[in-house]
Amino acid sequence: MVREDTQLLLDAGGVEEVLERLARDVAEQGDDGLLLVGIRRRGVQLAARLASILKESHGIDAPTGSLDITLYRDDLHQIGPMPVIGVTEIPGDITGSRVVIVDDVLFTGRTIRAALQELADFGRPRKIELCVLVDRGGRELPIQADYVGLNVAAGERDLVEVRVPELDDGLSVTLVSATEAQ
Amino acid sequence: MNETRPKMELGKDLIGLEHLSGETIRGILDTAEPFKEISERAIKKVPVLRGKTIVNLFFEPSTRTRISFEFAEKRLGADTVNVAASGSSVVKGETLVDTARNLEAMRIDMVVIRHGSSGAAQFLADRIPSNVINGGDGQHEHPTQALLDLLTLRDSFGRIEGLKVCIVGDVVHSRVARSNIYGLQKLGAEVAVCGPKSLIPASIEDMGVQVFTHVEDAIQWSDALNILRLQLERMNAGFIPSLREYNRVYGVTKSRLEQAPREIVVLHPGPMNRGVEIDSDVADGPQSVILPQVTNGVAVRMAVLYLLAGGAPERAEEAKKGEA
Repeated sequence: MVREDTQLLLDAGGVEEVLERLARDVAEQGDDGLLLVGIRRRGVQLAARLASILKESHGIDAPTGSLDITLYRDDLHQIGPMPVIGVTEIPGDITGSRVVIVDDVLFTGRTIRAALQELADFGRPRKIELCVLVDRGGRELPIQADYVGLNVAAGERDLVEVRVPELDDGLSVTLVSATEAQ
Repeated sequence: MNETRPKMELGKDLIGLEHLSGETIRGILDTAEPFKEISERAIKKVPVLRGKTIVNLFFEPSTRTRISFEFAEKRLGADTVNVAASGSSVVKGETLVDTARNLEAMRIDMVVIRHGSSGAAQFLADRIPSNVINGGDGQHEHPTQALLDLLTLRDSFGRIEGLKVCIVGDVVHSRVARSNIYGLQKLGAEVAVCGPKSLIPASIEDMGVQVFTHVEDAIQWSDALNILRLQLERMNAGFIPSLREYNRVYGVTKSRLEQAPREIVVLHPGPMNRGVEIDSDVADGPQSVILPQVTNGVAVRMAVLYLLAGGAPERAEEAKKGEA
């Protein structure tokens, strides 16, 4: 039998605090050509929150975009029926800009690999950085984040759930761990 | 993740709209939306069909449909081969079986077929394991044309449901008309046809389609007109007295459209006979969505190729899990 334990890692206040820290770290590197690109779906909402903190607390006006990486996944031929695709919106020409990719959870790194490949089809940024709310370990590719909100040592079968108000109930990070019960 | 996926009943092939549900058709149109953006990128290519081989098997001449499919395939990263077989020697059943066997032997993944005989696409689909997409078969169906018409109507009006759409012209010989009637009705539109009696099927009212014999009446009734190409060989076959006569009675002209009680959207599947079924100032006028139709054609075909490449529907649950 599998038992599920749910553990709240960050409540709404906790997430806001972490986002403020992440925004400060991003702002410390300057604002020259800065563009935030959220990965669908929850990275988009996180990027929007980061952008509003950057504007209010640091006076930085950073445009935001969204990226749906479905068409760049490396497992589409294995998964059967095709997933629903969201719209990708990249404002303007990204060549020469500093793109910060924003996602909720960094796990295998495969999503980020796909995002890097997709961004390259839009232009050649001066620099691409990665900002994630949670790094749960378990990488399958040599990819790491430049800005990490929270490190969680999650097991392979555990689930790290990020909730954002636009799509879910409230704003939080929870760890659902699956344990084999006796 | 929890994204709601429409319940799609697309199988291995896309042969027509007659047997698809409204939900599936809507799902294809929704899938086409994100594909529009790819054609606006600097690099118009995504790797989703990388390594797939697609044969465009055109037994009838076609420029627009073939090029549209080819762009759709290439922008999804597939490798494509065009086979243009015209003339009477290849339209026999035996030849199509042989063609199918040969394609199978070359391990291709998908076939787009255009053929002069109704049923040719289904015939091929039943004989090869590859996905088959009907690019127009005889007087049967031309599903991707109807899908792009639907997408263009939805772009113009924001909805299909409740729209009054009239198909004008040679309905009896038209696979575009048939596919459009099925698709429009399944999405809740009201459909009418208008044309000379010789070009309107006798039993069309049984399909729930209204018939207008005067184009002026059709214009009074419609939100949108889909004007079919008058195939010039019909004149020789005695269906209509002359092109000038056809234009005088059925041609969609600016002065006729000005009598409409509302702004009518004008579609045409192309290629147009300017001055016959449609006048130039209508085709190039503000009500015309003929060029957006062409743009949407690529997006709709990308969506169909993408969805069919996904394979068996019974693996939908797996797909959902893999999305994390």
